[in-house]
Amino acid sequence: MADNNLFTLKIITPDRVFYEGSASMVEFNTTEGEIGIYKKHVPMTVIVNPGILTITEAEGTKEAALHAGFAEILQDEVVILAEIIEWPEEIDINRAQAAKERAEERLRSKTPETDILRAETALQRALARIHVIK
Amino acid sequence: MASMRDIKRRKGSIQSTQQITKAMKLVSTVKLQRAKQNAEKSGNYFRCMYETVNSILQRTKNLDHKYLKSGASGKKAVIVITSNRGLAGGYNSNVIKLITRGELAEEDLAIYAVGKKGKDALQRQYEIKADYSDVIEEPVYADAMAIGKEVLEAFAKGEISEIYLAYTAFKNTVVHVPTLLKLLPVEVNEEGKLQGEAEEAAGEDKALMNFEPEDEEALNLLIPKYITSLIYGGMVESVASENGARMQAMDSATSNAEEMIDHLTLLYNRARQGSITQELTEIIAGANAIS
Repeated sequence: MADNNLFTLKIITPDRVFYEGSASMVEFNTTEGEIGIYKKHVPMTVIVNPGILTITEAEGTKEAALHAGFAEILQDEVVILAEIIEWPEEIDINRAQAAKERAEERLRSKTPETDILRAETALQRALARIHVIK
Repeated sequence: MASMRDIKRRKGSIQSTQQITKAMKLVSTVKLQRAKQNAEKSGNYFRCMYETVNSILQRTKNLDHKYLKSGASGKKAVIVITSNRGLAGGYNSNVIKLITRGELAEEDLAIYAVGKKGKDALQRQYEIKADYSDVIEEPVYADAMAIGKEVLEAFAKGEISEIYLAYTAFKNTVVHVPTLLKLLPVEVNEEGKLQGEAEEAAGEDKALMNFEPEDEEALNLLIPKYITSLIYGGMVESVASENGARMQAMDSATSNAEEMIDHLTLLYNRARQGSITQELTEIIAGANAIS
């Protein structure tokens, strides 16, 4: 297992380069379900769904909460254009917890006006944040 | 000739104005540095965004998609990005001119104002749909998302058929170009480029790209993101341009003040000399008269 199973991973947000380095695997949630990507993946563009992003580097793994964006996967490079992404230390646990409860409450008390889709994504986001911290 | 006192007073007032313009210049220089950095940092994201949306659109030329054709209603939305504060030379009026110069029919326009100056100037003639003036002080991505969401909703409902973005592109510290950009329906221009700057070579390996979900659904999800990123990019660049424009304006104001002060100093000295000479003449004349 030499270095040859590493690919370049870039995570770019509108206001910064969130991550740039080599990884052997990256996992995240997409609209089609959770995927894990190794080197030499078929070129593909996927849309991100809220979830946990796991980067497996040579020295270990890193986690972050990835909420929205899309990813461009090439054979030896993965570029994730993230609209919202946070490292665990950037997350406010109390806010996430509160958001989770709010979203659950909204989903429980379904009224015709409830925007189910919005509540669900909010819940997904909150869960991802909470999970990443733990 | 104006009296010495008048000249002195005028000089003083110009001097204090100059102090203000000097300070404003320094402040906007610092702000410009920061705004420039922001604009550069976000550049990466937009380049990737252009390329991806581009490559999808290129492969799906004949797709009949709601975001690719204009709706039935004749209304056009324009997001106008200006500043909240003046004293920035032609910065605000140049953006406003983009709209008033007549390419877009007056009655068809719905203005989404970002920036108080633009709103104030346009509200007499045009319909202001919404005002987001607070966000331009410090644009964050979430603001762009909110604006993008609102215009897209109006577009989806058929209230508007086209969306434009009027902003000031930041080329470098001294060159800022007021730009009117069509956001929706998305147009791929002749060379297949959205913004002229994407490179040619990328075409080949992108041809093999798969999309998951399929093209049409991907467009549904990507285009709002694309619009949002353009709006955000427009805001960030406009802020950089605003500070650049203000810096230039204040710089020339300061040097103009300098020139005026020099001129007034000359006049003052001349007047002083004149009054001394006159006094002397009077004294000598008086002495002569006695003897």
